[in-house]
Amino acid sequence: MKFGVVIFPGSNCDQDTVYVLRDILEQEVVTLWHKEIDFDGNIDVIVLPGGFSYGDYLRSGALAKFSPIMNRVIEFANNGGYVFGICNGFQILCETGLLPGALLHNMNQKFICKNVFLTPDSKTTALTTHLPKGRALKIPIAHGEGRYFADRETLAQMRINGQILFRYSDENGIVSESFNPNGAVENIAGICNERKNVFGMMPHPERASDDELGNTDGRLIFESMIKYIKENG
Amino acid sequence: MSEQTVTVETARELGLLPEEFELIKKYMGRTPNFTELSIYSVMWSEHASYKNSIKWLKTLPRKGSAILAEAGTENAGLVDIGDGMACAFKIESHNHPCAVEPYQGAATGVGGINRDIFTMGARPVAQLNSLRFGNLKHDRTRWLIKGVVKGIGNYGNAFGIPVLGGEVFFDESYNMNPLVNAMSVGLVKKDGVVSAISKGKGNPVFIVGSSTGKDGIHGATFASADITEDSADDIPSIQVGDPFQEKILLEASLEVIKTGALVGMQDMGAAGIICSTSEMSEKGGHGMRVNLDKVPLRQKNIEAWEILLSESQERMLMVVQKGREKDVEDVLNKWDINYAIIGEVTEGDFLEFFFHGELVAKVPASTLVLGGGAPVYDREYREPAYYKEYKKFDINKVPEPQDLIEVAKQLISHPNIASKRWVYEQYDTMIGTGNMTTNFPSDAGVFNLKGTNKALVMTVDCNSRYVKADPEVGAMIAVSEAARNIACTGAKPLAITNCLNFGNPYNPEVYWQFVHAIKGMGAACEKFDTPVTGGNVSFYNQASIGGKEEAVFPTPTIGMIGLLENKNHHTTLAFKEKGHMIYLIGKSHNDIASSEYLYSYHGIKQSPAPYFNLDEEHRIQTALLELISKNLVQSAHDVSDGGLFIALLESAMPRNLGFDITTDAEIRTDAFLFGEAQGRIVVSVSTSRETHFIDYMVANKIPFTALGHVTKSEIRVDDVSFGFISDMKQVYDTALEAMVTGQPAK
Repeated sequence: MKFGVVIFPGSNCDQDTVYVLRDILEQEVVTLWHKEIDFDGNIDVIVLPGGFSYGDYLRSGALAKFSPIMNRVIEFANNGGYVFGICNGFQILCETGLLPGALLHNMNQKFICKNVFLTPDSKTTALTTHLPKGRALKIPIAHGEGRYFADRETLAQMRINGQILFRYSDENGIVSESFNPNGAVENIAGICNERKNVFGMMPHPERASDDELGNTDGRLIFESMIKYIKENG
Repeated sequence: MSEQTVTVETARELGLLPEEFELIKKYMGRTPNFTELSIYSVMWSEHASYKNSIKWLKTLPRKGSAILAEAGTENAGLVDIGDGMACAFKIESHNHPCAVEPYQGAATGVGGINRDIFTMGARPVAQLNSLRFGNLKHDRTRWLIKGVVKGIGNYGNAFGIPVLGGEVFFDESYNMNPLVNAMSVGLVKKDGVVSAISKGKGNPVFIVGSSTGKDGIHGATFASADITEDSADDIPSIQVGDPFQEKILLEASLEVIKTGALVGMQDMGAAGIICSTSEMSEKGGHGMRVNLDKVPLRQKNIEAWEILLSESQERMLMVVQKGREKDVEDVLNKWDINYAIIGEVTEGDFLEFFFHGELVAKVPASTLVLGGGAPVYDREYREPAYYKEYKKFDINKVPEPQDLIEVAKQLISHPNIASKRWVYEQYDTMIGTGNMTTNFPSDAGVFNLKGTNKALVMTVDCNSRYVKADPEVGAMIAVSEAARNIACTGAKPLAITNCLNFGNPYNPEVYWQFVHAIKGMGAACEKFDTPVTGGNVSFYNQASIGGKEEAVFPTPTIGMIGLLENKNHHTTLAFKEKGHMIYLIGKSHNDIASSEYLYSYHGIKQSPAPYFNLDEEHRIQTALLELISKNLVQSAHDVSDGGLFIALLESAMPRNLGFDITTDAEIRTDAFLFGEAQGRIVVSVSTSRETHFIDYMVANKIPFTALGHVTKSEIRVDDVSFGFISDMKQVYDTALEAMVTGQPAK
């Protein structure tokens, strides 16, 4: 499969993502500079990586939305292409409207970086279908604006459509406010769009994909995605 | 050249001594104008010239087979780590700015040290920091720590560098003067190193990055004076950081290097344009002609001397091969980064600065810099009276408390012992996917060198209370503890960088501390074969409040790197499972001198440095590395602040295990559990390896004691229950947050 990893000025998880996809998962990867508007049409998945695009001084993702490449990403998604936003990528996808809701400042008003546990919710998406059953995943977070918010109607709709990918939980999969690191509504850590081809999550699966770092739970998410897309196109 | 008349009084106002003013006149053959005098004032400030420290710094061991750039020759030390790769690393202080504006002070400290690394062509991969604050009960201290931690976090997180280690220490002596020392570690291919040099007549000089404003003017001079009641008036001396600009500058700089069009580059740090132009020119034996009208400015009504001295952040000076300008411009345009060609390299020694068509300053580069014409002083020093007083301490006069469980609980919740989680969770510790200690906690930071069998190990250490008690021994301990932390991961120490934080060097008693700390550091670096690759001196860490001088604890922070040759030998500090045996390598001593226990629990602040023996320390560390390479230990953790009990607790907590130990009848129990005698390491050994372990220790005559074993969760000392690990952990994890925020932690 072929992945395109977008690099905005200020992206800083782009090389980590490329390393996991190319060196660990042995996929074909191209990087896409934010000024590129004519990229290869054979890309299967576009990844928007973590970082502080354009400094994120205004509101995370608010400027990246106007970047030249984003019109093409939106077009790509509207044509059914897979788009995966991690952390800042998730924020950008919410800013563009490809994903519902918004990411607010963490409840404690501080940046938080630590391992957390995620429990998959929807079982029918590319990211979650092939995850091991009945076990929470240990994946790190690293963000200042990661508190997911959507209004009640949107949330209800998302639940019905199976758009909630992950919720923060404890290591046994128990979802409770005590295990919510940032105050996200309903402990939501990741979501997808109604069509299930655009994904966003605040935790960083690429940081939990290398055996040498002692945690490969994140790799399971990429592997699920690759397997699903190979099977379902 | 016009402007205001310059007198010895003007010189004094700029922080220069009358004899320095005379020397300047001698060098120039005339009286300098104001701009020129300003140039000398910053270049000859303590911060830029090391005039009061260089004599002693030169006594430190600086050579070694792996050293690629010796101390003082480039912006950071450079060490060969094999496979064609080199490690650039350095530590630097940003104490004075943080004392008046903690957020920006800390942020720009992080920015500055990272520029020192990538200005050499190395990509920064890890960050460490060493922080010292006053009493947390003071509002000011809480304001400082919140600001500093947020500043470090917001800058480093956006720039995209993980924090792999650090230390935080609290003591009244830092009430007015917090210490903020930041260390950065970078990687570069040995053949890709860039030098801070300017040469080749006619080569164009580029300024790249942020526009220049009035921020940070006289910052180097500000950092070379005591903090006073009026220091807040110096706030315009403090720079403002922009991590986004730094990230772009990093990527653009590394890409410019790839074009091969670069002659040399240096970032603009302390003393701004004047520092970079003079240091690069002096090194290359050329002059430079600069048109200050070309420098992109962020404000109007700015004078020539202000442009020269401005410490606006995120700027780089690049000297480019004539004719290759376009290659460089293409890269800079790709990254949409601001730049301008501001001048060219000339023959001779003179730096000439033009402004509004007029020559505003003409100075010989060599007279400005360290190793050139900058003054070097031999300061007098005198043993302070307290030194002998501290040695009169007698443990027998300290009553042993009845309830040691109470002592343990008090220590665990002391901010110097408790978890620094509230601090480090605000830092991105995992970006770059190289941090091997997130899931395998170790005594030092371990960075995975992807695609090799190796890892780079790093730490920052200094127990400044020991240094105060005995500067020579204390500094030896600082180096030894750093080496011990590196050894506990399974790695061999390679080299150090130092950040020397002291009071006013013109005070002979302060200078005595400095001289003796250097002597101790040198001896220990010789022993561990860890040359000093550079660093930073920060004097004037003292407050003059109401006429009373109050210096910080002398704090020679050691930043050390080491190499783990085989990643499979990466050793963690965590006990692995119930039933494993616990041993202490090294000897127990009837010693509580300078321990946190003595200082905080008993309130006894005058005692000598704890037990320490350099040869013993070295033998024990060498033995540990062998034990690790033979796979004979399951975990290794050094005994440091808080003593043996705290070390055991720290090994037990990661996996929620407990321990059951027996103390030594020959030694006071409080000294056994909480004393801080040096040269001790706690290891756990699996039952299947125990015989081999003992055989090795006996055969090599390494002192060791069986302490007990790992339990499921209970902590027992001499058959008395100290409670359960989960309860201790709860206190340990949340105590600092509760103190900083005034709220119980979640």
